[in-house]
Amino acid sequence: MASLQMAALLSAPSTPVTSDRVRLGPLRLSASSSSAARNGGALVVRSEAKVSGGGVSARGLSLITHAVAEKAAAASSADSKPGHELLLFEALREGLDEEMERDPTVCVMGEDVGHYGGSYKVTKGLATKYGDLRVLDTPIAENSFTGMGIGSAMTGLRPVVEGMNMGFLLLAYNQISNNCGMLHYTSGGQFKIPIVIRGPGGVGRQLGAEHSQRLESYFQSIPGLQMVACSTPYNAKGLMKAAIRSENPVVLFEHVLLYNLKERIPDEEYVLSLEEAEMVRPGEHVTILTYSRMRYHVMQAAKTLVNKGYDPEVIDIRSLKPFDLYTIGNSIKKTHRVLIVEECMRTGGIGASLRSAIIDNFWDYLDAPILCLSSQDVPTPYAGTLENWTVVQPEQIVAAVEQLCK
Amino acid sequence: MAAALLRRASTSPSASLLRPLSGRLFSSSSDESVLSIETSVPFTGHKIEPPSRMVDTTPKELLSFFSDMALMRRMEIAADSLYKAKLIRGFCHLYDGQEAVAVGMEAAITKADGIITAYRDHCTFLGRGGNLVQAFSELMGRQAGCSNGKGGSMHFYKKDASFYGGHGIVGAQVPLGCGVAFAQKYNKEGAVTFALYGDGAANQGQLFEALNISALWDLPAILVCENNHYGMGTAEWRAAKSPAYYKRGDYVPGLKVDGMDALAVKQACKFAKEYALANGPIILEMDTYRYHGHSMSDPGSTYRTRDEISGVRQVSQERDPIERVRKLILAHDIAPASELKDIEKEVRKQVDDAIAQAKESPMPDASELFTNVYVKGYGAESFGADRKEIRATLP
Repeated sequence: MASLQMAALLSAPSTPVTSDRVRLGPLRLSASSSSAARNGGALVVRSEAKVSGGGVSARGLSLITHAVAEKAAAASSADSKPGHELLLFEALREGLDEEMERDPTVCVMGEDVGHYGGSYKVTKGLATKYGDLRVLDTPIAENSFTGMGIGSAMTGLRPVVEGMNMGFLLLAYNQISNNCGMLHYTSGGQFKIPIVIRGPGGVGRQLGAEHSQRLESYFQSIPGLQMVACSTPYNAKGLMKAAIRSENPVVLFEHVLLYNLKERIPDEEYVLSLEEAEMVRPGEHVTILTYSRMRYHVMQAAKTLVNKGYDPEVIDIRSLKPFDLYTIGNSIKKTHRVLIVEECMRTGGIGASLRSAIIDNFWDYLDAPILCLSSQDVPTPYAGTLENWTVVQPEQIVAAVEQLCK
Repeated sequence: MAAALLRRASTSPSASLLRPLSGRLFSSSSDESVLSIETSVPFTGHKIEPPSRMVDTTPKELLSFFSDMALMRRMEIAADSLYKAKLIRGFCHLYDGQEAVAVGMEAAITKADGIITAYRDHCTFLGRGGNLVQAFSELMGRQAGCSNGKGGSMHFYKKDASFYGGHGIVGAQVPLGCGVAFAQKYNKEGAVTFALYGDGAANQGQLFEALNISALWDLPAILVCENNHYGMGTAEWRAAKSPAYYKRGDYVPGLKVDGMDALAVKQACKFAKEYALANGPIILEMDTYRYHGHSMSDPGSTYRTRDEISGVRQVSQERDPIERVRKLILAHDIAPASELKDIEKEVRKQVDDAIAQAKESPMPDASELFTNVYVKGYGAESFGADRKEIRATLP
């Protein structure tokens, strides 16, 4: 049901439901600043967090925009397409499964993650494979089981705490803010909290106000926390693995409506960088910064814009805390116009912080005020039409770009 | 030469045991002979058969109780003076009166067992092996502090001794403690975790949530309510409909213990550890009392009378933990009164030396503002516009 709606949303009647990919020309490996290794017929690039400066030119042509460019490999390699196709929730599960297999200290805690298989099937089958001590069904007690996850992380375990809906984690806000974010600092570095807190959030299909919350803005000022938002099966798996391997507490934001996206991802193991943004579509006229579900609204608007003669550069910022100001900055230096499209609330949202970060760092490069399209500052209504007006729609994005580029 | 040795001994890392005394001769009983001493009151059990009132101990242990508690008492009194001299700022919650809980617990467990508590943590830190210089430096916000001066009074931690802090928001440490117990079970360590909280925090919902989960999963978690009868200014009967905290676990058994009798505490903790390793969570209620107010900004006399305080301490109830152990030592001829006085003098000197040393420690460097926010020392901005690991600078 969700996938059909997703297909309608992407509104390309003849193409299958896939996430947008960059069509890359021949790869220029020499310009890459990530470490790349060719093994056999496949190219695997590990994108590490520490990237030494220089190397990648600012003009974007030789930019490595995906850690693995299997499009190029497909062009040159043998008959069948490499990789395997799966849905986003399966990609999350694959990432989780691989990490649990690799590291026995990884465990999953949440409501109905075990025997039930997860309310969005992300943990389906894991309880049978790893047992009840590693995939733990908790009672409905977010405050305490998040606290228990943090306490076990203090000793060295790597729990993955699932909030059945991100909005429920508001009950655990004290634990996330005070204990998760601050313990490394207040203990003078003695304790690390390698916890992953994940769950679906965002506006769904008429789920009602309390189940359509966007918590990115609430968590963004907690010091010590890292936040990432996944949007495609490819980056979902990569970010899940990176989050589990990270020594810092990471909040991984998934979206209720994106779980059934289908994509072909590589067979080889890959881990993405938590702090990097993703170049979805290079362009020249305007930089559009977005994340999570709004990426698809933006890409839909991009089709209209291209037909109208504009050339938008679309960046999925992915890392909500800290922002990848390098990729964003390079883009702004090129286009001089910025549009932020987000699903967060207007007041105090991710867009608001991003806007001030851009003004602080790249004011001289801007030719126009930064436009920010966000959701309205209202609880999400139930009625379908009202709900649609709460979030940003492609038509509004087109209008905003036209206004920016006047 | 002797002075140098003495100086080295007094500033050694494990300040909880006083080295100079180990060479002295005791008047009669040998160090390791077992004494069986009765606790002040019998234990009361909830859904469990309480342990015996007779506690086995040795003269050496009693003397160590005395010196450890004297050290803790002196440290807290010194912290009081430092606070009034404005060298310690903010919040400072003192533990004097409750020392028996920290000391008795340590006697029953190992450093592999975990302890987590709220903000009244100075003495627990000492009991876990922390030293005086680290404690006083942290209180004064200096670099030599156990948290590098960035935690303060409420954030003492000692990872290598399984001391998990040190928490400002009461109640939140109990799920953390149950999480540590979960990890201990996960790793099959054969250890337990004591999650301490007060009678005030006993009304937090997350406690019961964590208890439910611990009981479901059979975690080796021991919840210890240090009931000093006042949640800041609110007496227990005004905050809890049922002040029998050891019974509030309902399906989880509980034990009520005289928290000002170090031997009773030791017995109860030993009993609880055996129980928790086999069966899952148990609650201990330590009936104790704090002489100071809730914190240094609370005189402690607006909600209770001075007579009550002195009554508990010495006049009518005579429950002071140090006095009790002193009487036991004298009654069993373990050491003469003059020796105990010498211990107290030595302890005073140790504390004064530690304070002097802590005062010499500098305040943290400005760059420390941004360290330990993230692991790998990302500082304030991990990525920045130049994709370097930026160290943010103050204006």
